[in-house]
Amino acid sequence: MEQAVQDIDTEQQQQRADEGHEDVIQVRHVAKSFGDNQVLKDMSMVLHKGENLVILGKSGTGKSVTIKCMVGLLEYDAGELKVFGKEVKSLSEEEMKELRSHVGFLFQSAALYDSMTVRENLEFPLKRVLLIRDQADLDRRVTEVLESVGLPDAIDKMPSELSGGMRKRIGLARTIIMEPEIMLYDEPTTGLDPITSKEISELIRSMQKQYKVSSIIITHDIACAKITSDRMLIMDKGTFVAEGTFDELSKSDNEFIQSFFKL
Amino acid sequence: MADASTFPLKSIFEEAGNQVIFMGRFFRNLFRWNFEWEEFIRQCYMIGYRSLPLVAITGFIIGFVITLQSEPTMKAFGAESFIPKMVAISLIREICPVVIALICAGKISSGIGAELGSMQVSEQIDAMEVSGSNPVQYLVVTRILACIIMVPLLTLIADAVGFAGSYAGLNLSQRVSPILFFNKAFNSVEFGDLLPAFFKTIFFGFAIGFIGCYKGYNSNRGTESVGIAANSAVVNASLWIIVIDGIAVQLTNALGY
Ligand SMILES: Nc1ncnc2c1ncn2[C@@H]1O[C@H](COP(=O)(O)OP(=O)(O)OP(=O)(O)O)[C@@H](O)[C@H]1O
Ligand SMILES: [Mg+2]
Repeated sequence: MEQAVQDIDTEQQQQRADEGHEDVIQVRHVAKSFGDNQVLKDMSMVLHKGENLVILGKSGTGKSVTIKCMVGLLEYDAGELKVFGKEVKSLSEEEMKELRSHVGFLFQSAALYDSMTVRENLEFPLKRVLLIRDQADLDRRVTEVLESVGLPDAIDKMPSELSGGMRKRIGLARTIIMEPEIMLYDEPTTGLDPITSKEISELIRSMQKQYKVSSIIITHDIACAKITSDRMLIMDKGTFVAEGTFDELSKSDNEFIQSFFKL
Repeated sequence: MADASTFPLKSIFEEAGNQVIFMGRFFRNLFRWNFEWEEFIRQCYMIGYRSLPLVAITGFIIGFVITLQSEPTMKAFGAESFIPKMVAISLIREICPVVIALICAGKISSGIGAELGSMQVSEQIDAMEVSGSNPVQYLVVTRILACIIMVPLLTLIADAVGFAGSYAGLNLSQRVSPILFFNKAFNSVEFGDLLPAFFKTIFFGFAIGFIGCYKGYNSNRGTESVGIAANSAVVNASLWIIVIDGIAVQLTNALGY
């Protein structure tokens, strides 16, 4: 089955980049293991500026590990991984901090700070990274972002008082409040009802249109992929096995690819 | 991760190395300009104020029990009038610092270990890091400093309450004027008794905060690792306290206090 799936041609991607596309993330032949468990194998991809790239893949194939490597949460063992043209592994502490302030990361688990209210959660990075001290400015940004995720009433709640879907949306709010240039969404709609799911997908689209954000969206949700994707990659066993637009891949006659699109 | 209960040599050295590295991170972040005052004060409250009842009760009972236990013997030697002095010195120099530190290891170190451990498991620490803020500065520096300050204060409070307990114990069998008792107790305590004990408790405080943070911050994925972090924080912090106490006794003797 693996042979049937066509390999992604990195040379071709590189060529396209040279033709005027600017790539904000470039990954070449990256490998990553945890002990004996080799999770990423010779993985290559690029993220063009301003595009929404959807990654599909079975559970446990290393999707989360891939984007964690991009922000230096995990260190890859081999290969090249450049974000904004800089090799992530070789960044100093200060450079890493600078890079991270331009990259938003939505955790699969939302990762809200339990000991703080929603407002404090949202203010946390504003105060410490953007160094905003003016309370009126903080309030304005917090209410604005809460409205865009549809939860203006949750402002003084503790994370433990929120439902799973609400936590996810607050996690999203905490990420987009920093107005990043690259967004890495780890399953933004998993666990949400179809209506909220659609709203979040449209929010991701509008982030791209409004702020020219480049995004990687990891998802199992085909409806979300349909709304958000400009281009899609399919991952299997630690490497990418297919690339194309939603329409191209959904019409593919390959059985493995088709299995993602079946309802 | 290595645990005090497993004893392969390699993992012991690995663990020691990791602790040294973590200590380095603590000191490097200690002297950054944007100190987290708000969180520091919150931690002082959580660590200090919340432990007060436990520490006070413990101090009182220690003073009370030591007095009752020593009274018959002292009486046999006709040395009852030395009881305040003996209790004061033994409380201040040794018993209160060590007992309070061990209690704090149980309460504070395990609390910090569990809290940071669950933050690690639920990716909250990763989230702080990835947003570009500094989790070591926010979580670790504030907690260790709060312990360094609050554990000595708690010990002093336990000393004072211990005197009261001792007075109560003495009063069970005989009437003693409080003025006479406290005069005797305080007159017998010298600066040379208080100072080394106080220094010792600063190190106890550091050990309690540091081990709690280290174990929690470096806990593995998975919910069971929160329990492991809390548990090994208590075990290791207690061990550190005993070792520091042993070193402190040697040092104070050598320095002639
Ligand atoms: N910190 C870690 N330590 C050890 N192994 C890890 C770690 N993180 C991930 N793994 C392993 O890497 C593999 C891929 O994990 P990853 O989280 O990337 O999967 P995924 O593709 O995101 O799956 P899902 O769709 O379920 O989120 C898994 O086998 C997992 O056990
Ligand atoms: Mg994942």
